[in-house]
Amino acid sequence: MSLDGHVIFNEQHSNFSEFIKAAYKAQNTKYPKFFKMDHLSKLAFLTADILLKNQGINSEIENNIALVFSNKASSLDTDLSHQKAIQDKDNYFPSPAVFVYTLPNICLGEISIKYKLYSENSFFIFERFNAKHLFTYTNSLVQDNKAESVLCGWVELEGENCEAFLYLVSEKGDMKHTKKNIITLYNT
Amino acid sequence: MEALKQELKENIIEQLNLEDMSVEDIADDDMLFGDGLALDSIDALELIVMLDKNYGIKLTDPKEGRTIFESINTMAAYISEHRTK
Repeated sequence: MSLDGHVIFNEQHSNFSEFIKAAYKAQNTKYPKFFKMDHLSKLAFLTADILLKNQGINSEIENNIALVFSNKASSLDTDLSHQKAIQDKDNYFPSPAVFVYTLPNICLGEISIKYKLYSENSFFIFERFNAKHLFTYTNSLVQDNKAESVLCGWVELEGENCEAFLYLVSEKGDMKHTKKNIITLYNT
Repeated sequence: MEALKQELKENIIEQLNLEDMSVEDIADDDMLFGDGLALDSIDALELIVMLDKNYGIKLTDPKEGRTIFESINTMAAYISEHRTK
């Protein structure tokens, strides 16, 4: 895991659960509900939390930050868990705690609760990382005064494979918001 | 009854993902909701599924859960009386 080009967590673990738990503890993130989240939400939440708290965002007050996330696999990881629980009609015990995460945008709700965001949020599904769409949609939100800043990116999880890339767009920043710069950051 | 209470605590910790909690942290008369373990509405639904799956008890009226899920003591007493497996 890296923040602004600096590695902040680099450990090998046998599976995603162990990895994300170790990262959570290393970042000293105090949020008991974290352990109730599905894998996609844990990945999105922790990545967002690392970025936002290092920007000095106060989670105790309302923040006008929009969320524009995307991925390819949607909530497939959790959808499969739910399917397993309902596949056998003679052993039919769907878990409510799993079912509530069978939508990818639930991870936006988790971030919104922690950071008191009542602003716009959207989760898009694309075949691959789509800088053009993120750029256009984010510009629209900022220009229409829908939010002071926008947390954007790609949060992908399928099985043990995961990839998270988030960036914050606002009127003031060190780097110009362009499609080319987004792609450069994503590929860094 | 003591074995059942121990089993309930272990299942609650595992199934409700109470990561930082151990069996020793849950007293038999601790409130499971509110000021006690601070379980939420989704946890309540998970407990209803747990009663069905592990003990063959189907709650037809969710309001019953308020008294049944008050504490480990009340859960264990209800399960002992109504379990079918």
